[in-house]
Amino acid sequence: MKGLKKNIDKIKPQFEEGGRFSKLQSVFDGFYTFLFTPNETGKTGVHIHDSNDSKRAMITVVIALLPCCLFGMWNIGLQHYMAIGSPDRDLFTLFFYGFFAVLPQIFTAYIVGLGIEFIVAQIRHEEIQEGFLVSGILIPMICPVDTPSWMLAIAVAFAVIFAKEVFGGTGYNFLNVALVTRAFLFFSYPSKMSGDHVFVKLGGQPGIDSFSGATPLGQLAAQTEPSAVVTNVVGDPLSYTDIFLGLYPGSWGETSCLCIFIGMAILLLSGVANWRIIISGLLGGFLMALVAHNWQSPLYPCTYLQPLEQLGLGGFLFAITFMATDPVTACRTRTGQYIYGALIGIIAILIRCYNTGYPEGAMLAVLLMNCFAPLIDYCVVNANIRKRMRRLTVRNI
Amino acid sequence: MSKVIKIKKGLDIPLTGRATDQKEKDTVTRRFGLIPDDFPGYKWKVSVKAGDSVKAGDPLLYAKEDESVRIVSPASGTVTDIHRGERRKIEYVEVEGTAGVGEVTLPANANREAVLTLLKECGLFAMMRQRPFDMVPFMPQTPRDIFVTAFDTAPLAASMLDFVDRHHLEKGLEILGILTDGKVYLSVPTGSGIESRAAEVYEFEGPHPAGNVGTQIAAIAPVDKGDVVWTLDALTAARIGRLFATGKLDFITAVALTGPEVEKPHMVETAIGACIESLVKGQLKNDGLHKRIISGNVLTGERIKDMNGFLRYPYRQITVIEEGDDADEFMGWASMNPRKYSVHHTFPTFLKGLGKGFHFDARVRGGHRAMIMSNEYDKVFPMDIYPEYLIKAIMAKDIDRMEKLGIYEVAPEDFALAEFVDTSKLELQKIVRDGLLYLRQETI
Repeated sequence: MKGLKKNIDKIKPQFEEGGRFSKLQSVFDGFYTFLFTPNETGKTGVHIHDSNDSKRAMITVVIALLPCCLFGMWNIGLQHYMAIGSPDRDLFTLFFYGFFAVLPQIFTAYIVGLGIEFIVAQIRHEEIQEGFLVSGILIPMICPVDTPSWMLAIAVAFAVIFAKEVFGGTGYNFLNVALVTRAFLFFSYPSKMSGDHVFVKLGGQPGIDSFSGATPLGQLAAQTEPSAVVTNVVGDPLSYTDIFLGLYPGSWGETSCLCIFIGMAILLLSGVANWRIIISGLLGGFLMALVAHNWQSPLYPCTYLQPLEQLGLGGFLFAITFMATDPVTACRTRTGQYIYGALIGIIAILIRCYNTGYPEGAMLAVLLMNCFAPLIDYCVVNANIRKRMRRLTVRNI
Repeated sequence: MSKVIKIKKGLDIPLTGRATDQKEKDTVTRRFGLIPDDFPGYKWKVSVKAGDSVKAGDPLLYAKEDESVRIVSPASGTVTDIHRGERRKIEYVEVEGTAGVGEVTLPANANREAVLTLLKECGLFAMMRQRPFDMVPFMPQTPRDIFVTAFDTAPLAASMLDFVDRHHLEKGLEILGILTDGKVYLSVPTGSGIESRAAEVYEFEGPHPAGNVGTQIAAIAPVDKGDVVWTLDALTAARIGRLFATGKLDFITAVALTGPEVEKPHMVETAIGACIESLVKGQLKNDGLHKRIISGNVLTGERIKDMNGFLRYPYRQITVIEEGDDADEFMGWASMNPRKYSVHHTFPTFLKGLGKGFHFDARVRGGHRAMIMSNEYDKVFPMDIYPEYLIKAIMAKDIDRMEKLGIYEVAPEDFALAEFVDTSKLELQKIVRDGLLYLRQETI
């Protein structure tokens, strides 16, 4: 590696001030720090540092997302081949069908997002930061598989500029960037983002007779008679195993509970995600699902779902694990995290069941709580301040 | 019966190179330097010229705001250099000679004023600190309490109690009792068996920063707005005791020469301000690696850039580690090397059986970022304060919010562990020091 470093060090001056490529300094720094840990030694304060840095934390999240990502690609293939009537293809055909189906979307998300981040980092003369490495893979995973790439590009550009860079970049945003992208798509192109046609990639081929491309929650939303039977893509009812494994159509990264649990385990063991948010989110959601199930009503078809089905279907589990735990936008105090997680769980199921306009409430719940997280933290910190002031007044009496 | 306080939050960093009990007397050092920056809170002026001969205990510097507050010479000899930097700022005053003992006439009446004046003139007052601001006591009011810490839990720090005369310590605590209307508190490690009639003794148990006086104050009687407390270590208290018991003033100190780059870590008996070169010469490992010499511990110490540098306050420890600026780490962020130490579970450090042999050097090990991960600081910050929010208030220069969040209770050293574990590599101690300076400027 010394040889590689020497060669890169040779061309380094061209990227600094006054060099030929000084406009690309941020890009160069980004790749340089990716390849080699900087040798910068501490100037003030502590003389030794912990080995963990933000790159390591971000990469851990990307690794936690990989099971969902790989499964999702396979599932796209599965749903496609089931829909056109040949479900017995082998593993690799299914996987690569999905892989090539989402590759343009992943490329678009990364190129547009990182491109904007590089430009802004260059303008600010700062090092390019790793926040978007996670968002870039997350965004395609929460969008339907048939999302056109141009739509995704516009949405990513909007989210990165107005929900992140405008506030100062990584660490300064108050809204989750991936969810802002999704919300932008949802509200700007509603017909393209929901319904029966976008979640299963038919690829121009005709579906078989029993084919229904609606997601389970989409099916419930469109229900006319009270029943809680949700079916998979060819009309067979979904069992708990199907739900757990994720063998039904939806946003391709979100369906499999098993893969999400693997990702959750990675995040919890490595300490990158906060267990308080996840546990309180699951408990809050379960509680609300129990309440909904107890007071079932034909006006609100989602209330017919069993609580465990409620937690397993849709994007709820994915949002709790990967979106709600984003450390920058979540509550930062311990007490606040319990409240924040619980409210996300409750509100997500609440919107899903009782608001007929939205078949899934997780995205909106997380975005809403992102807005309230600073307020919750403010109240928690204020309790500490009041304790201090009380001590002061007691002394002064 | 002393009370026991358990400190639950904190971290003991497994640095190698602890000093053995073997104590060497330093007979070589002839150069001693005192640095005004080690005594923040006053503007210092010189009271000697180059070429003057001084005895141990004679003043070298006096405070512009109060002429009786002085910094005195630890050695008898000649003033060789009054080194000034930019804008004639005094960088250090150098004395060449031998460490000595000064003789002082004690006041007839040991009342508060007389005791305080003597401490100021003997340079012992400058060894104390006050909270708020963590500076040499400059606020005019009588301190609410005085806190003495008798142990240091910083990485590789030596035990203070092994080098302190118990009778002198007791006498020192008695004298300190005259200076305040409140109490004198002595913090000791559990199991030390120290008792005192002049001070209220608290036993502390737990990881670093249990030995930090800030942690102890927060656990015993936190500082509020408007309060002033004075803090010092047991070595200074023992010096005060010796002064009032025998009339003798000396600045002999036991320095722990520690760190993974020291060949044989041991204790050295020398005087404050001793020249680093003579203490460290021939003691370092011959492994061809760039070294960083730190006066103090790895968390709060000052880097000694020049071998001509001097031992810095509080004159108790020297740590030598690798610099690391010649390392070549390919994709270090992806490393699973078990020799990398981390409190976070993204590294295999926490798995049992990997407990020894961590490699530490002076590299920052990552890029500087905004605050991203939450709850990192709280795990190593045992006070009833929200450290993240306090730091943000300091960075925003919001004085009102700083006061409400507890700026009066903290010193930069309290944030040292938080700075160590920080994933975003923020310079927390510098932020806090700048914040305290700003606060003093704006409020006093």
